[in-house]
Amino acid sequence: MDKMPKWADVILTPLISVLLAFAISALVILAIGENPWMALKTMVTGALGSSYGWGFTLYYATNFIFTGLAVMVAYHASLFNIGGEGQAAMGGLGVALVLLYLPLPHWLIALPVAMIGAAAFGAAWAFIPAWLQAKRGSHIVITTIMFNFIAAALLNYVLVNLLRPVGSMDPASARFPDATHLPKITDLAATFGMTWGEHTPVNVTFFIAVLACFLTWLLIWRTRLGYEIRVLGRSEPGALYAGISPVKITVLAMLISGGFAGLMAINNVMGESERLVLNAVEGAGFIGIAVALMGRNHPFGVFLAALLFGFLYQGGGELALWTSIPRELIIVIQALVILFTGALDNMVRMPLERMFLSMRKRGDA
Amino acid sequence: MKLGSLNEALTPILVLAICVIWAMVDSGRAVQGIDSALRLMTPLLLACLAGLYSERSGVFDIGLEGKMLMAAFSAATVAYLTGSAWIGLLAGIAGSMALSLIHGLASITFRGNQLISGVAINFLASGLTVLLGIKIFQLGGRTPSLEGAARFQPIELPLAETLRGVPVIGDLYSNLLSGHSILVYIALLLVPLTWWVLNRTRFGLRLRAVGENPASVDTAGVSVTRLRHAAIAICGVLCGIAGAYLATSLSAGFVKEMTAGRGFIALAALIFAKWRPWSALFATFLFGLLEAIANQYPNLDLGFITIPSMFMNALPYILTVIILAGFVGRAIPPRAGGEPYVKER
Repeated sequence: MDKMPKWADVILTPLISVLLAFAISALVILAIGENPWMALKTMVTGALGSSYGWGFTLYYATNFIFTGLAVMVAYHASLFNIGGEGQAAMGGLGVALVLLYLPLPHWLIALPVAMIGAAAFGAAWAFIPAWLQAKRGSHIVITTIMFNFIAAALLNYVLVNLLRPVGSMDPASARFPDATHLPKITDLAATFGMTWGEHTPVNVTFFIAVLACFLTWLLIWRTRLGYEIRVLGRSEPGALYAGISPVKITVLAMLISGGFAGLMAINNVMGESERLVLNAVEGAGFIGIAVALMGRNHPFGVFLAALLFGFLYQGGGELALWTSIPRELIIVIQALVILFTGALDNMVRMPLERMFLSMRKRGDA
Repeated sequence: MKLGSLNEALTPILVLAICVIWAMVDSGRAVQGIDSALRLMTPLLLACLAGLYSERSGVFDIGLEGKMLMAAFSAATVAYLTGSAWIGLLAGIAGSMALSLIHGLASITFRGNQLISGVAINFLASGLTVLLGIKIFQLGGRTPSLEGAARFQPIELPLAETLRGVPVIGDLYSNLLSGHSILVYIALLLVPLTWWVLNRTRFGLRLRAVGENPASVDTAGVSVTRLRHAAIAICGVLCGIAGAYLATSLSAGFVKEMTAGRGFIALAALIFAKWRPWSALFATFLFGLLEAIANQYPNLDLGFITIPSMFMNALPYILTVIILAGFVGRAIPPRAGGEPYVKER
């Protein structure tokens, strides 16, 4: 018998956790001598008050959907993939190599090819930790952390010594060919005669991200592989007993996870900067952890949480612009969200369970 | 000789070999380099020992980085405001302890996920230090640079001057070992102390037991949660010293993200050392040496191949993955690591 009704488990607990995180964030703002209410208003106007704000919010959200799905898929196999940062960085390398060295005449052709490049590089970077976990029992959390640093060093080397155009001081690749530039949503709106979100980076990748959410839902809850991933996540002996190979499923789950993290590069590298720069991921890989936790490891939850973090990111930028609250406030909020929805989950859950139990007893009597 | 003991001797032999070869090839820079390796090792060693206490008690700690960062910030801030490095050190320990308490609350009291708690702590430190730094000093997240008594100054070991003339031993003693800040010596002394605590005291025995099989400790009537909280508190103190060393000794003040992944290198060193104190000393010295070499020779030309500095910087992580893979001396973590303990009713 469940201790709580399902709605309390799925909606009430995360909601209270998030509210707690925000309440403490408000206290932090108070502590640095600013007004939390004004801060919230600035963030809402800046991020949601105009199509310009929305353009950035959705752009950031696109990144976070991919990294959130990456963490989520691995989590269902009870693997904690902290390597999204490195996998997304390698995905960027995949995109850059494809776009710089293959002759691709149109973005409609370039997009699927670049997607394959991004996913393949991201998945490849997740493969070694996955294989080591499955075959040698090396803890995947530690190996993926190590691989983040190795990816950063590798990318630094590749950009400075190999991809940097002759005569350029900037550690960045050459610009991608014009034909491969992805259409921005503002361009699409313009073809319908509307002006929406001018000078914002949100592009067609957003639709791919939404599609990816749906496909992930299909994968996890409507396919055999998804079932096997969930069984392995619940119990490894159970999986073995059911004839599921833990090695195979661990590796597959991590390949999918790394692939999603890599796909983020379509948005930031191909869609926004249109060349590969140093540290293009900017922490989005880690935000994926917060997004997956807050979204309760469900694609729809991931989508909502990614939107929220997109709002926080854009709003945080606006805060730094208009008030004296630094951008780093967002990192604090992110930390508190991870802390309350992830690590301190039981602190909220245990009193709630007790409350529902006593309510049920009273109902029975 | 057994293969096991050969494996244990591998890191010290490797470290010694690097030092000797370096001294033979480029003796001028080798002395300077090994000297700086000792300084670069210190925060790694302290953080590594911090992680050792926590993980031997069965609590994973990937928040070493965040605790060090918090400590570096609070140490630099208080040292600047009071003009005393020692009060700064206390503040650093307090800052790190505060995060340790959160980790304990989340992972022991509320039996949450220790890894997720660690991730949260890293972000909390990374955001709060800049936020508070800008608020207090308006310098974009830096603290003003520390001078005089606000920094730990190098100290001369006794007899360093008299022994200077003695070949080899005198050279090593007065040029390499002498002339560091007191925190370097504290870190070095903590190695035998930790070994003694773990292997020769009742507390150490229980600590190791609680990391392997908490139920047995519970059966013996010892509180699992209290032991783990104690281990985490020690971890907080050591991370605090590590952070204070970074900000008030190695550099003169706090800068944004100044730990720069050292917490994770310490974690790597802990695995490399297989959760043992003496091995931790050698592993962190090896990683300190690698960093020193990368600093001294940005592009190391070996004649047949040029090694870029990025490779040297990534080498600790690559070595750790190889060790974790178990191809060279398999690293087996404490068995109950990462599992919250649920007391039977």
